[in-house]
Amino acid sequence: MLDFFLGHYAYWFILVLLTIGLYGMIMKRNLVKKLVGMTILQSAIILFWVVISSKWNATVPIIAPDIPCAQAANYINPLPHALMLTAIVVGVATLGVALGLLIIIYRNYRTLEENVLIDRMK
Amino acid sequence: MNIVEMYTSSVPLYAVLVSLLAVPLILASSRYPNLREFWTILVGIAKFGLVLSLLPGVLEGRVAVIRLMEISPGIELALKADALGVFFAIIASGLWILTSLYSIGYMRGLNEHKQTRYFACFAVCLSATIGIAFAANLLTFVVFYEILTIAAYPLVIHKETRAAISAGRKYLLYTLTAGVLLIAATAWTYQINGNLDFKPGGIFTGISFSSGTITALFFLFLGGLGVKAAIMPIHSWLPTAMVAPTPVSALLHAVAVVKAGVFGVVRVVGFVFGPELMREFGLNTILAVFAGATIILASLLALKQDNLKRRLAYSTIAHLSYVALGAALLTPAAFAGGIMCIATHATMKITLFFCAGAIYVNLHKENVSELDGIAKAMPWTMGAFAVGAVGLAGIPPVNGFISKWYLGLGSLQAGEWIPIAILVISGLLNIGYLFPILYRAFCKPAGNLHGKGEASPAMLIPLIITALLSILFGLNPDLFFHFYRMAVQISVSVLGGGIL
Amino acid sequence: MITQNAPALIPVIYLAASILIALAGMRRKWLVYPLAVFATAIAFSVAGFNLFLVLHSGTVSYRFGGWIPPIGIEYVLDPLSAFVAMVVAAVAFAVLIHSRRSVPLELAGKEAPYYAVLMLLLCGFNGIVFTGDFFNLYVFLEIASLAGYGLVGLGEKRSPVAAFRYLIMGSLGASFYLLGLAFLYMATGSLNMADISRIIPYVSGNPVLFVAVSLMTIGLGIKMAIFPLHGWLPDAYTYAPSTSVAMIAPLGTKIAAYVIIRMLFYVFGVHYVSRDFPITTVIGWLSVIGIIYGSIMAMTQTELKRMLAYSSVAQIGYIGMGIGLASPLGLIGAVLHVLNHAFMIACLFLVAGNLRARVGHSNISDFNKSYCKKMPWTFAAFTIAALSMIGIPPTAGFFSKWYLALATIDANNWIFLAVILISSLLNAVYFFNILERVYLRPAASTVPATLSSPTAANPGPQREASLSLLVPTLTLATAILVLGLFNAVIVKKLILPMLPVVM
Repeated sequence: MLDFFLGHYAYWFILVLLTIGLYGMIMKRNLVKKLVGMTILQSAIILFWVVISSKWNATVPIIAPDIPCAQAANYINPLPHALMLTAIVVGVATLGVALGLLIIIYRNYRTLEENVLIDRMK
Repeated sequence: MNIVEMYTSSVPLYAVLVSLLAVPLILASSRYPNLREFWTILVGIAKFGLVLSLLPGVLEGRVAVIRLMEISPGIELALKADALGVFFAIIASGLWILTSLYSIGYMRGLNEHKQTRYFACFAVCLSATIGIAFAANLLTFVVFYEILTIAAYPLVIHKETRAAISAGRKYLLYTLTAGVLLIAATAWTYQINGNLDFKPGGIFTGISFSSGTITALFFLFLGGLGVKAAIMPIHSWLPTAMVAPTPVSALLHAVAVVKAGVFGVVRVVGFVFGPELMREFGLNTILAVFAGATIILASLLALKQDNLKRRLAYSTIAHLSYVALGAALLTPAAFAGGIMCIATHATMKITLFFCAGAIYVNLHKENVSELDGIAKAMPWTMGAFAVGAVGLAGIPPVNGFISKWYLGLGSLQAGEWIPIAILVISGLLNIGYLFPILYRAFCKPAGNLHGKGEASPAMLIPLIITALLSILFGLNPDLFFHFYRMAVQISVSVLGGGIL
Repeated sequence: MITQNAPALIPVIYLAASILIALAGMRRKWLVYPLAVFATAIAFSVAGFNLFLVLHSGTVSYRFGGWIPPIGIEYVLDPLSAFVAMVVAAVAFAVLIHSRRSVPLELAGKEAPYYAVLMLLLCGFNGIVFTGDFFNLYVFLEIASLAGYGLVGLGEKRSPVAAFRYLIMGSLGASFYLLGLAFLYMATGSLNMADISRIIPYVSGNPVLFVAVSLMTIGLGIKMAIFPLHGWLPDAYTYAPSTSVAMIAPLGTKIAAYVIIRMLFYVFGVHYVSRDFPITTVIGWLSVIGIIYGSIMAMTQTELKRMLAYSSVAQIGYIGMGIGLASPLGLIGAVLHVLNHAFMIACLFLVAGNLRARVGHSNISDFNKSYCKKMPWTFAAFTIAALSMIGIPPTAGFFSKWYLALATIDANNWIFLAVILISSLLNAVYFFNILERVYLRPAASTVPATLSSPTAANPGPQREASLSLLVPTLTLATAILVLGLFNAVIVKKLILPMLPVVM
């Protein structure tokens, strides 16, 4: 049982992050906190991709002179890392758009609390 | 069985389209009423002429067919001018000419608003009606059926009063619900059969059914068609729709829309299900029960109505079910008699509605209780009314007697005495709700009759013509249009031989 | 050369247009709109050309950078993607013509950034349609979504809030999609759609695949606004400017539906998604609830755009139902409804845009006869689109319901059939409510203004919408009729070739 937890500690950690992120996105009332939750969620998913690329007894994917290229099993999978660079950029862009929207909302309504906002929107 | 030879011809298509082409012309000439009415009459004559040109071929067994386009993979939008279709089309297009003439008198007599919309919508409705008549398969039928529903709506709400708008809502509620039921029935038929073409004697040959499936399918069809055919209990949109102007009630609700409903019932009974299937699962009994109940109940309700048009509406409901009853009995005479009813009831009822409209325009009277002594002011109108009343009761020499006679003969052929009883009772009830009107009009002294006297020629001539036609067809049902011959031909093709 | 590059052309055109418009906005403002229209027109012709190409020569594949898939990213032009791309191009062109008057009216001074972002939106949509790689799809999904959030947020005072909610839910959706993709990568080791579809039969017992399919479907379901994941849709459609909503409403959710169709039927295969792991059943039932929910909510709305938003939830339910039936007829119905609904809802939102241009609002409670008198053509288009939504032949809407009805009967699913029929009647209720008001309700002058009917303060339109607003609306309405009459041609020539072989 303990083995199961310790062997997969990375996934449990990511699960905790996912939960925190989802909780923030859905339950928090402040719009900025929702955004923070979203960012945590995205980070968790990015970490997940990176974690799944690791292998037992493998090294960083930089071609070493003494390890032949053909032995791909000795290198961890570099593809998810590259993909996640893109995903990080996407996350940043989303954050930018979201913060821009928050600025406009604050300018229009002078608050970033959801319940106050709903009242002021009526 | 008579051999049917099919040939391709665009005449059915032109018959459907010619009034659609008139619509932009009508809309464009809204400032010139005479020109606008000229288009309507011209197109009406053209349509009637086109339909008539198909009659000689049909009598010899040559059916004009035209395939338009595929409207769903495997199903085509197709028109087929067979005997039943030509029968209905002649009535609808012929009576349209008379109704248009009458409308001119009526609308101008009342100085009604929105006449352009009225005439334009009428043209579209008639286009859809001929499309229904000539539909070669169920999907084409459904397409035109729904177009008719939508096109008739502006006519129902024509007066734009609160009552008219709520009548329109009720009309839509009933007819759109019926539309979706009909679509479901068609889809189911297609799934079972793979083919939707109408074939005399039924299209489900060689398929075995469970009783539940076929009964459910039949009820779907009955629900879909029964609203327009005003079968009880889904009939109540029709009396409410009498708020429409009288020419609308006359043509649409006595000839086009409701007759499309019973026409559909005949098509489904004879050309989709077929007599064997109907008898095997007792479906004809179900239909007969609904039809018979409708006849009696509607006639009883007619007795209670004071508003003249509502009384005529309930009378229409009752007489429509004569057709359904004829189809349900599934004997040669009854089937032919039911089809004849389509024609005879049309001429008689339209006469009555024309008279009711003339009374309203000239004397502003709507209720039976106000009609004392009006025969003095409007002798010709009431004379025509008398002809129609006599015919509806089934008394010779007006043509109502012919169709009723064959219905009675048909139920004897089926060995059923209940339909005969229903026919007799409803005849008496007809006398009960129509003859007092005649008595009041002719025999009672006149009340205060401020008004214009006899109807204007535009209204008077059509109603005299239809009354005359009722008498002439009563004396010789095959006059002009060979209605009787066609009815027999249809009956034989569906039921497979057997002479009356 | 063109034929080889065909799949990648359209996203590239839009990307280039976006950059050029952004540049033009800085120096030569007058170039912005012509550039946008020009780009859309070229994309429209290329989409048409693509359609011809795929029907004559079969599937075309383009490899970015020459790298061979599954190592490289490939763009695929097959009948399904060509069809959806054509829908996108046609609607985009019509809406862009309409935007000539509508954008300066509602977004004065912000035209340049607006059109740049609009081009990015279209680039994103077309990228999603053509890509053959799942991660590339995520990238373009986010491009389109971010552009969408921006476009929605640029409207009136309440629109940034609606856009923010859209952003949160949309990002949630995309994140779930990405998470699901991770599981899919874990199970199959590839990201290329064609490659994965070859691998799936070998790994179909793996529970990781269940997680992958579920997460990806949930994520895309949020984008497609399947009930109960539709919460972002009503506010976003109501408060967005007319052009944004006319562009996003017909296309955004349909693109997500396209991805679900591609993923479930072409990659995972119909056996997997309907038998091994019946996710299509779940989609079907949720869609059915969505149809009823959307129709009922639409009946209670007093503002036209909000009503159309809830109506969209219902209509998307039809597409979901088609997917849920997982049969050839169901797929035909779903894809045909993608086409039909895109045109119908684009036409309806353009009508709302016309109203905004002439009257300043689109509140249903203010509609009366003068609207129809002054704007007859706009409301003629509205009538045709409304009849199509209800499902009256021979308009297009009838035929998608016809195929869906055939599919439900084929599957012996009578509840689904009943839902289709009942929802048609519910649609009739709220559309005829508007038609009644517009054609029959007496104008304000005959009704004294009271507190409850402030119509005196809101006089109706003074004249018909201008030509550049009217022509696209009427063209779409005519297209609805044409699509209806010729639906057999569309189904036989365009949709039947695209059905996956296994069905």
